[in-house]
Amino acid sequence: MLTFLALTSVALLGIVPEQSQAIVIYTGWERHALVGSDIRLSCSFFSWRWTSEDVTFSWTYRPDGSRDAISIFHYTGGAAYVDNKGPFRDRLEFVGNPGRRDGSILLKNLELSDNGTFTCDAKNPPDIVGRPSSVRLLVFEKVPIQAGVITGAIIGVVLGLLVLIVVIYYLMRFLVARRVFSLSVSKHGKKKKEGSQQRQ
Amino acid sequence: MQTCITLIDLLEKKMLLILLGVLILHVIILILLIVSTAATAWSVANSGRKDLWYKCSNSGDYHCLPSSNEDWIQAVQALMILSVLFCFFSLIAFLYQLFRLVKGGRFFFTAIFQILASVFVMCGAIIYTVMRPEDKKIYTHFGYAYVLAWVAFPLCLISGLIYIVLRKKE
Repeated sequence: MLTFLALTSVALLGIVPEQSQAIVIYTGWERHALVGSDIRLSCSFFSWRWTSEDVTFSWTYRPDGSRDAISIFHYTGGAAYVDNKGPFRDRLEFVGNPGRRDGSILLKNLELSDNGTFTCDAKNPPDIVGRPSSVRLLVFEKVPIQAGVITGAIIGVVLGLLVLIVVIYYLMRFLVARRVFSLSVSKHGKKKKEGSQQRQ
Repeated sequence: MQTCITLIDLLEKKMLLILLGVLILHVIILILLIVSTAATAWSVANSGRKDLWYKCSNSGDYHCLPSSNEDWIQAVQALMILSVLFCFFSLIAFLYQLFRLVKGGRFFFTAIFQILASVFVMCGAIIYTVMRPEDKKIYTHFGYAYVLAWVAFPLCLISGLIYIVLRKKE
């Protein structure tokens, strides 16, 4: 029984990778950045095969509103080739580790015209069938305020003040009742002190 | 003897009528504030309408997008919501003080909340007037929700002043 189970599991392990030999590429979905800052676009993949020596990474860029994509980065044969003619010349750096299946790039000194979609395509021969993954870059001039932050803050502060005032009001009423009591005690105490001082 | 009874009867009925009138006014103000805060008609143009929360377009397919998240529109949102809340609190305070106040006492809390609500509506309407979303391409004018806010402000103030003057009689 046990040997039968072992044999079927080994057979399954052998069959499954043969059928689903597709490479799965992971990038972010959307990235936000400020003008003038640097941003790291990450790209990694999952493959049933061991990482081959002929692994390749390539990044393409499609500006917002344009239908054409241009190639800005390619890693092949152990060497990285960065953009030296296009919109990212001197601003692109390879910071990935192909041995660890990481094909990330670093974009420096972002401009407003860098808004667009970046697509990463990785190939791990013989595992080459897969879908490239895209990450959208949004560059802002200043950090936009999220909806409802100021609204919530104003409402919270006013309601908090209201609660504070009500609490203070009832506290004062309670304290006044107690102060009447403590005033008579202190008067009594003072008279005793004066009496003892006179005797001395 | 009979004239005394009829005089007392008249006074009681008058008191009841005044209270009922003040309560109805308060409820009307609350409804005006809620409609003004929620209705999509602060800025109106031929191609679409805007309010504190969404901007809706009339042309082609009717769709609404969340409005821009600028600082001042969030402040107006907060002030309108606060005015609705304070009007509601003053209504509750009125009903509470109606049954629990000592004879001859004034509706102090009700008046305070109502006056604060009117101040908030005034501030919100003023900020919206000054910082109105400027669309130079299309001609926009103020919608009915904006007008309701300006109508609710004096009504709310008058109601608050009535509560200051009002005294709980026997």
